[in-house]
This record gives sequence, structure tokens and C-alpha cells, in this order.
Amino acid sequence: METYKGKSVFGGIAIGKLHIYNKKNLQVKRKHIETEEIEREVERFHKAREDAIAQLVELYEKSISSVGTSNAAIFEIHQMMLQDDDYIESTENMIQTQQVNAEYAVAMTSDNFASMFAAMEDDYMKGRAADVRDISERVLLILTGQESDCIDTEEPVIVVADDLAPSETVQMDKSKVLSFVTVHGSTNSHTAILARTMGIPALIGTPIPLEDSINGKLAIVDGDTGQIYVEPDEETFAMMQEKYKVIQTKKELLQTLKGKETVTLDGRRIMLYANIGNYKDLSLVLENDAEGIGLFRSEFLYLEGDTYPTEEEQLKIYRAVAETMAGKRVIIRTLDIGADKQADYFELPKEENPAMGCRAIRICLTRPEVFKTQLRALFRASAFGKIAIMYPMITSLSEITKIKNIVEEVKQELTEAGVPFGNPEQGIMIETPAAVIISDQLAKEVDFFSIGTNDLTQYTLAIDRQNAQLDEFYDPHHQAILRMIATTVENAHKANIWCGICGELGADPELSKLFLSIGIDELSMSPGNLLFIRKIIRETNILEEGEAIRKQFL
Amino acid sequence: MKEFNYVITDAEGIHARPAGELVKKAKEYISSISIIKEGKKADAKKLFGVMGLGVKQGMEITVQVEGEDEETAAAAMETFLKENL
Repeated sequence: METYKGKSVFGGIAIGKLHIYNKKNLQVKRKHIETEEIEREVERFHKAREDAIAQLVELYEKSISSVGTSNAAIFEIHQMMLQDDDYIESTENMIQTQQVNAEYAVAMTSDNFASMFAAMEDDYMKGRAADVRDISERVLLILTGQESDCIDTEEPVIVVADDLAPSETVQMDKSKVLSFVTVHGSTNSHTAILARTMGIPALIGTPIPLEDSINGKLAIVDGDTGQIYVEPDEETFAMMQEKYKVIQTKKELLQTLKGKETVTLDGRRIMLYANIGNYKDLSLVLENDAEGIGLFRSEFLYLEGDTYPTEEEQLKIYRAVAETMAGKRVIIRTLDIGADKQADYFELPKEENPAMGCRAIRICLTRPEVFKTQLRALFRASAFGKIAIMYPMITSLSEITKIKNIVEEVKQELTEAGVPFGNPEQGIMIETPAAVIISDQLAKEVDFFSIGTNDLTQYTLAIDRQNAQLDEFYDPHHQAILRMIATTVENAHKANIWCGICGELGADPELSKLFLSIGIDELSMSPGNLLFIRKIIRETNILEEGEAIRKQFL
Repeated sequence: MKEFNYVITDAEGIHARPAGELVKKAKEYISSISIIKEGKKADAKKLFGVMGLGVKQGMEITVQVEGEDEETAAAAMETFLKENL
């Protein structure tokens, strides 16, 4: 057994034979041509270019149904590139002035434009260098009378390649591909995007030798750990097969529950939302059929860089999330940094007890400029979708008053500057015992509550969740916590606002029925848990089961 | 010659697909059409040139139109930008 480790771009298990994807030999030789041959070479170039466009038209039509319009769009862009005057003129020019063969002229033009794109600052534009090479290879294959590699095996295979051009991945017969494994490539490459769309495991940056000797060998790709096992031993094989089965069962469940309503047998609807920590997780949100985003942790914006993210940078992300969710609610939690999440440039003083120190809303209120930048971006982004703002770590009414004053300033500044903004809902996290106890008062001041059970548990039970030695004292279903949740929901409803849970307990299948019976309005959790919880909700009848469950837990 | 400025509002900037459509639009007119960004000038009828400008969201571009149909061409380009970028 040989094991190689790459970087996973999509999880899951694939078991099958390896297929080494060979690029055709496109070594182009420079040939000198005579003056009377120039016209013929230019003709050859145009004929090949037109054939390439015809191929692309066909590929575009074919791939719309197999991979969707947005993935197929690449073939439309490639057509446009092949029709570009600069590209055509540059190639013609080279044939005419340097008296070279069409192949060489295409290869040189390709190199020139690819380097132009590769040198650009913008990552998106950098990536277009691959497109230029791709269209040129297509023309070159036609000029040299070759066809691109196709998967001609009967069985679906694990495709292994040095790197895959966008058109190569899209034109592969999808029913024959179990997984993509490449030696190079990036997480934003088309291969990665396509793997996510297809929902198949894929690895990039995998140091696997592309030798003919491994072609056809049995292998297993573990997209969760980023490993590929070539000729796995019995033990690994059995283990992976087990893992594969578990994933399959989940997938089947997912299929049956996708698109179904989250409603109990007696007709109560629950908003089933997803928690995400990065806009890159959006694909998981859509894939698992979340009805909205219940907790979008904005920290990654602050933790990724080494300086404060600008208003524009934040706006771009918030807007993209809101637009992707297309009218579904997106609850963005304002900066929750401090405690275990630190960024050096904040220069937070060392604290004896960071969990109870300067974190979350406390930082925002002591550094209003940082807070205002985020609020401006959030209010502006609200013009593009249904954004809701959620403030973390609230303990008192005076904090709400301070937040409201700052929000007013932000709105006024935006109005004065003539910058358009929306009117987002504003709610708070209930994650301190103090907030629970005064939740009747807080409910009158905000649009919604979301209970953060992780911190609420740690602050209520005085137990550090990271400390494994305390496990025997830790009861996640402690009555104190469950009663606090019930109180919070009750107080929210008295003030006619909705109340949800975005902590880990929200996804605890043993508590789903309890939450339903106390009237929770929303549950937000990691995307992977959504469909399982939807299943439980759809099998619950609150009218019949509610009372017994409340008695059991509260 | 007609000239106008426009600030890109699309989050992705002038990326491949709208660039392609912009070029298509520009080619409908006889007038020569150029796009200028920070002193860099590109022929609006050439895709690689337009993409090569690397125009991103929030950037201001200047569009110059010169030729017999410049009135209609300039108006059409402005409408196109407003609708797509």
C-alpha cells in the first residue's frame, strides 16, 4: 500500500481504479515557412480556430445539462476568446512576419497572453492564464490532428492528473468520474469547483507519481483527510468501506429530505438555518438545503489578514452571501473576537481570564471605529438581500442603548454621504445567564434572540469546556440550561419576537423534540446536521408528545 | 468625440463574461471605442485588452467613442454598463 497526502477540496470517499489522465504531446516545433506558404498557414490557423469554436459550441450545449449553466459558461468564454481580435491578429502577425508554422505561432501567442494574465494582481484574472492555454491547446490538438484523452473504461475511475484544464474537467463523462486527484491545482480551480458541484471527493497538491505503472490499480480517496491509498491493505480497505457506507446512507437520507418543509406532524413550521464560519462554506449551506443562515461568524474576516478589514472588503463578502442566499435570511454576527480567538493587530492586553474578559461586544463598544466600519458594511450590504445583524455577549440593557446610538450615527453618516443602505433586523445572542434573567426587558428592545448554548453552558455551569478533566461534572442536558432556554423563548414570545438556538445544542437530536415543545422558532447548526434534524422534526407531533417531553427535561 | 465616466458596481469587476458581452456590444458600432482605466487604454472591441485592464469594483473608467455613429454608440455603451456592470 502506498499513501499520499494532498489537500482536500471536497470530502467523501471514492473507491475505484486509478486512471492517469494524459495530456497529449503538444511539444511544438518551430518550422520556417517560405513566403508562398504564409497564406496557407494562416488558412490552417483559421480553419483550426473555427473547428475549435464549433467544438466549444457543442460542448457548451452538452454540458449545460450535466454540470449546470454556471460551470458550462467556461465554454462560452472560450469561444469569445478564440474570436478575440488581439488573439487572432497576434497569431497571424507571427506567421506573416516571422514566417513560422501555425502551431508555433499559436503556442507563442498563448504564452504571451497567458503571461499577461498571470502577471495581473487580481487572483481571478491570474486564473484566466489557464483559459488562454486551454483554448490554445484545443487549437493545437486540431492542427496536429490529435484528440484529447477521454476516459474509455467501462467502470467509473479515480482521475489522476498533473493538473486539469477547466475544459478538460467539464468535458469528461461525469458518470465515469469517482474523484479527481491532481498534483497541482488550487482550491479555487475549476477542478475544485466542479468537484464540489458534483459532490465528489477531490484532492489537489497530491505528490502522487504519474507513472503508467499505477494506471488501473485499485485506490481509495479519503476526501475528509486528504489521503489517497494506492493498493490499500485489507485493514484500510475495510475501514474505508465502512466509512463509505456511512456517507452513502447519509446521502440517501439527504436526497429524500431535500426540498421538504421543516414542519411537525401537527403543522408547526421551524426555520432550519445553517451556521457558517466563512463564505466558502456557502456551497454546503445550499447543498444541505438550509432555509437561511442563522449564524454567519464574521471573525474570519478579521483573523485572515494582519490588519483590520476595510468597509469595502467586508461589504463584498456580506453582499455575496446575501445575494447567494437570494432573499433567505442571513444572520451575521458582529465581531466576536477575544478569548480563544486572537488577532495580533488588535493588540489586546493579556488577561488572566480571557473567557470573562474583553471580548465580542465589549471590544466593539470600546473601539467604536472598528465597530462602525463593520456596521457600515452590514447596513450597505442589507440593500442587496435579507441580512440580519446579531450582537454577541450581551449582558445588559445599557449595552443595547450604546449599540443603538452607534447604529444611529452610522445610518446618519451613510444618509449624509448619499450611500444606499437597507434596514436589517437587529437581534442579540443570549449567551450569558444575565441576559436570560433580563430577557423580558431585552426582548422589548430587539428584533430577535438567538441562544448561544456553548457559552451559556460554560458561564452557567462554571465549567471550562476545553478542560477534559471536568468531563464527569459536565452535563450538556443540565436542567439549568434547558430551563434557561425555555424562559428565554417564553420572554421572546411575550414581546412578539422570535427566538432561535445557534449553539451546539441546536443540533442535538435528543433535544429536538424538547425545543419544539417549548416553541422554539429557529434552529441553526452546522450544515451537515440539517437534514437529520429536519427528519426528526417531521416525525414529531408536539400536540401529542409535548407535555411528556417538557416533564422529562424541565 | 463623446466621452463619459462610469464607476463599476459589479462585485467581480469586469470579469470574463461581461467583458465578452461588452466587446460584442462595442463591435455593433462603427465608431472606435476605448476604455481608459488609470491612464491605461484598451480597445473596447478586443476581449483580452479589456480583461487586461483588470477593472475591479469601485474603479472609475472613462469611455471614449469616436466615429460616425458616436452618439448612439456612446449611449448604448452607457446603458450596457449600467445594466451589466
